[in-house]
Amino acid sequence: MHHIYCPYCEETREEEEYSYTGEAHIERPKDPAAISDEAWGDYLFFRSNPRGIHHEMWYHAAGCRRYFNVTRNTQSYEIHETYKMGELPTVTAQVPTPAPKAAQQGEAS
Amino acid sequence: MKKYSGFSLFKHSLSHHENWQAAWRSPQPKKEYDVIIVGGGGHGLATAYYLAKVHGITNVAVLEKGYLGGGNTARNTTIVRSNYLWDEASKLYDHSLDLWKDLSQDLNYNVMFSQRGVLNLGHNLQDMRDIERRVNANRLNGIDGVVLNTAEVKEIVPVINDSQDIRYPVLGASWQATGGVARHDAVAWGFARGADSFGVDLIQQCEVTDIITEEGAVVGVQTTQGFIGSKKVACVTAGNSGVMAAMVGLRLPIESRPLQALVSEPVKPIIDTVVMSNAVHAYVSQSDKGDLVIGAGTDSYNGYGQRGSFHIVEHTLSAICELFPMFSRVRMNRAWGGVVDTCPDACPIISKTSVKGLYFNCGWGTGGFKATPGSGHVFAHTLAHDEAHPFAAPFSLDRFNTGHLIDEHGAAGVAH
Repeated sequence: MHHIYCPYCEETREEEEYSYTGEAHIERPKDPAAISDEAWGDYLFFRSNPRGIHHEMWYHAAGCRRYFNVTRNTQSYEIHETYKMGELPTVTAQVPTPAPKAAQQGEAS
Repeated sequence: MKKYSGFSLFKHSLSHHENWQAAWRSPQPKKEYDVIIVGGGGHGLATAYYLAKVHGITNVAVLEKGYLGGGNTARNTTIVRSNYLWDEASKLYDHSLDLWKDLSQDLNYNVMFSQRGVLNLGHNLQDMRDIERRVNANRLNGIDGVVLNTAEVKEIVPVINDSQDIRYPVLGASWQATGGVARHDAVAWGFARGADSFGVDLIQQCEVTDIITEEGAVVGVQTTQGFIGSKKVACVTAGNSGVMAAMVGLRLPIESRPLQALVSEPVKPIIDTVVMSNAVHAYVSQSDKGDLVIGAGTDSYNGYGQRGSFHIVEHTLSAICELFPMFSRVRMNRAWGGVVDTCPDACPIISKTSVKGLYFNCGWGTGGFKATPGSGHVFAHTLAHDEAHPFAAPFSLDRFNTGHLIDEHGAAGVAH
């Protein structure tokens, strides 16, 4: 069970309040009709699915009902940070992982 | 390879079973192979076996980072069935079911395939309409199936709760009498022993750390035991397929998720079939040892941790206890998770890639065990001829770009 900090509610809540909605920072093509089938298929279906640092969207279904982003390690299940839509992650696979802050500490069962 | 038989059992009993031949060799990797199969699970070993047996390609290595059959082959709930909705999927899975029937004889290894029937329960009117549609589609494709009502389900599984006053009452089910279960470890070991007998090298504790390409073509793999050359590399790595693809800069339409299962303490025979329910995400059968084998749903998020969330297990067990109130006091012995490679359309990818000589057999998601022999059989054809087997052709990677998906999600009793 993850404990996830919602950056809008500013509360840490249990995973069951949230829905997972997939990889973050995927931009919908502005003009779908103008791009190739390859590019459209890539946008719809192809994912990076890394073992390690992953940026993903969660939806606070039983709270503020807003989407936000989470940086989570898919191997250790540690949550490194949560951040609002439109913001960029500070922890990435390229940047070394800092110790998690107390308020944003994620935890997996 | 020395044949197993009743006589050999008797003969070896005279020497206290201390002189059995090892089931397979543990060779050092050669410098170069015709085909390298990455992943020594059921599907990879089956691929190696059929490559050697059907296509005569025996200069093959199976590279396994852990031990043979130690991944999802060891972690599934061993259910075998073929009652899928769409023509493409039903052909593939029924091809596999056909191979299951003679597999023990073919491998000279008892895989304990038991056709005890599979029930897929319906809990509301829409479930029942979907079941009728699916059973009709199955029958048109020559796959046996019948639609049962509550009383008929009760006759097959007397311990099921047939009360109509529960949250998810049993309104009926689809019944595939030719479905059943098999001994998962034996399947891996049988294929391993069979492949080894043809000269295939099974190399354990050998993790592939990189796939080496030159001018868009595969030339070999870098492993923890050094470089091994091959112009054909086949990844049969289930949950780790995304990691393998990233080694050559490819992405796959796959997300890896934890899926859990658990077994109870052994009890006396109580269920002699397989009961599955999609709506409440629970399925149960009883092993020959007596444990109730219970499968749960996947976690919603990506994860490689081989463990799942408690609330998923809780959800499954509450459903099991509602369907089988007498199980409420059965104690669970062990619970575990596997990493399943889920595809958007819940169908596998058996395909060439844009890198010459690199093949993938993955995306089986939550239901790959049933397909083990069929998957290996058609994938071996794809590898040997560099062209997809007719049953595998619809499952190519480019279906996600052409839009020709085979949408089995939920439609075909796919439990997840």
